[in-house]
Amino acid sequence: MTSHAFEVVVVGAGPAGIAAACTVADAGRPVALVDNSPWLGGQIWRGEEANPVQRAARQWLKRAAAARVTIFREASVFTVSLPQRLLVETPAGAVELGWQRLVIATGARERFVPFPGWTLPGVVGPGGLQALVKAGWPIAGKRVVVAGSGPLLLAVADGLKHRGAHIRLIAEQAPSSRVLQFGFALGRHPAKLAQGLRLKARLLGVPYRCGCWPVRASGDEAARQVTLTDGRRTWTETCDYLACAFGLAPNLELPRLLGCRLADGFVQVNEFQETSVKDVFCAGEPTGIAGADAALVAGCIAGFAAIGNPGQARALFGARARWQRFGRALRDAFAMRPELRRLAEAETVVCRCEDVRRGELERHDNWRAAKLHTRCGMGNCQGRVCGDAANFLFGWTNDSVRPPLLPVRVTSLLSPVADVNQNPTPPAGNQP
Amino acid sequence: MAERLTILVNGQPVDVRAGTVVAAALAQAGVTQFRRSLHGEPRGPLCGMGVCGECRVTINGQPHCRSCLTLCAPGMEVRTDD
Repeated sequence: MTSHAFEVVVVGAGPAGIAAACTVADAGRPVALVDNSPWLGGQIWRGEEANPVQRAARQWLKRAAAARVTIFREASVFTVSLPQRLLVETPAGAVELGWQRLVIATGARERFVPFPGWTLPGVVGPGGLQALVKAGWPIAGKRVVVAGSGPLLLAVADGLKHRGAHIRLIAEQAPSSRVLQFGFALGRHPAKLAQGLRLKARLLGVPYRCGCWPVRASGDEAARQVTLTDGRRTWTETCDYLACAFGLAPNLELPRLLGCRLADGFVQVNEFQETSVKDVFCAGEPTGIAGADAALVAGCIAGFAAIGNPGQARALFGARARWQRFGRALRDAFAMRPELRRLAEAETVVCRCEDVRRGELERHDNWRAAKLHTRCGMGNCQGRVCGDAANFLFGWTNDSVRPPLLPVRVTSLLSPVADVNQNPTPPAGNQP
Repeated sequence: MAERLTILVNGQPVDVRAGTVVAAALAQAGVTQFRRSLHGEPRGPLCGMGVCGECRVTINGQPHCRSCLTLCAPGMEVRTDD
């Protein structure tokens, strides 16, 4: 195994991670940026590296490409070997990365709520489907029901429609009164308001219904029908895909492994984005869901703080506070309705990796006991999907994060560490 | 970007654009079931971003590869049936 050491290592190459890495690199300090995908930009800017459309994405990705950042792509952090060292699996084998300061920018994933039929092929996350479509998944002519919660539903519907999909319905679980309120709150963020209005205009003719949600997907080998309800009436839509998720859940595996303190389900940070663990910073969605603009500002603050430049970090506190207000408005408007907890029946699979059903989980009092007795959360996703679901359904917290954070090749676990290469100069083209 | 390449999906050639991920190539080839669950239920991609593992397939003989994060490469052999 090869080993590299950097002053700052940034995990996650979404907006927060890119902002942090560029901030460090611009100060001439050695920095590495690690991401598990082949692309920079995270999920929100997926596809933008090859084909930039959004202005902020274009600017930041250009800046990252020009900066002296050592980038590790297709690189998944799977454990901590020693204090201040991460083990990372790459296509070329395992790599050890040493750091003096670490910035966690692992972003968020979609939150899935189990309902009968949600395991059928064709039921996908809206953001997931959008990501796949950008990477070549055929969608033209397909009928799609977009459901769940949050502004992402509109953005995804727009993206899919643009590529020729027939959007049958956008079903938002939040009541229309809340969604309207959110619309008014956007008045404080003119750019977001304009973005929202543009989306609505482009989706003219696509039904957007608030206060309704899916109760069942059905089909033999794939989802072909989805049954929805508004609490009074149920009806069925025919579709090729049901793109359904209920907002975002933060990726907390790495901060948990490092022992960072959490509060209300997010990583607790001080005003300089530093966690309860000294020299470990966190920015973006793991500290609170607030979107890409918030993540960019927080990423810059973390970057400045990580290189001991509190003055420049402070200059950004005002901007961060503004975006944090946006995050709170988002959370309040799209709060989950309690009916969603009752969609899954006793026979409904909750843990998809190990096929554990709701009825089996309900016999236990907490995540740990359920895991021990049913194997829920012990499969390929290591509880990333069912852990979030169990948190929503039963209020359980997944407090038992253990390495490896994801399934890795045995050779990655066994390879001995070679000499530490102190502060390597990033080669041109910024691949290690 | 209009560059194309060919991969094998369960032995059948599939022609895709460069930059296509394996999961998308499978969909282009008409595959809906990427794997069978522990109890034999059909499964396909859910998260599309490397979190859930539902899109796992065998690539060049290596099992359990996340097809949503793997780019197609010329001559790549993908299997969903083992």
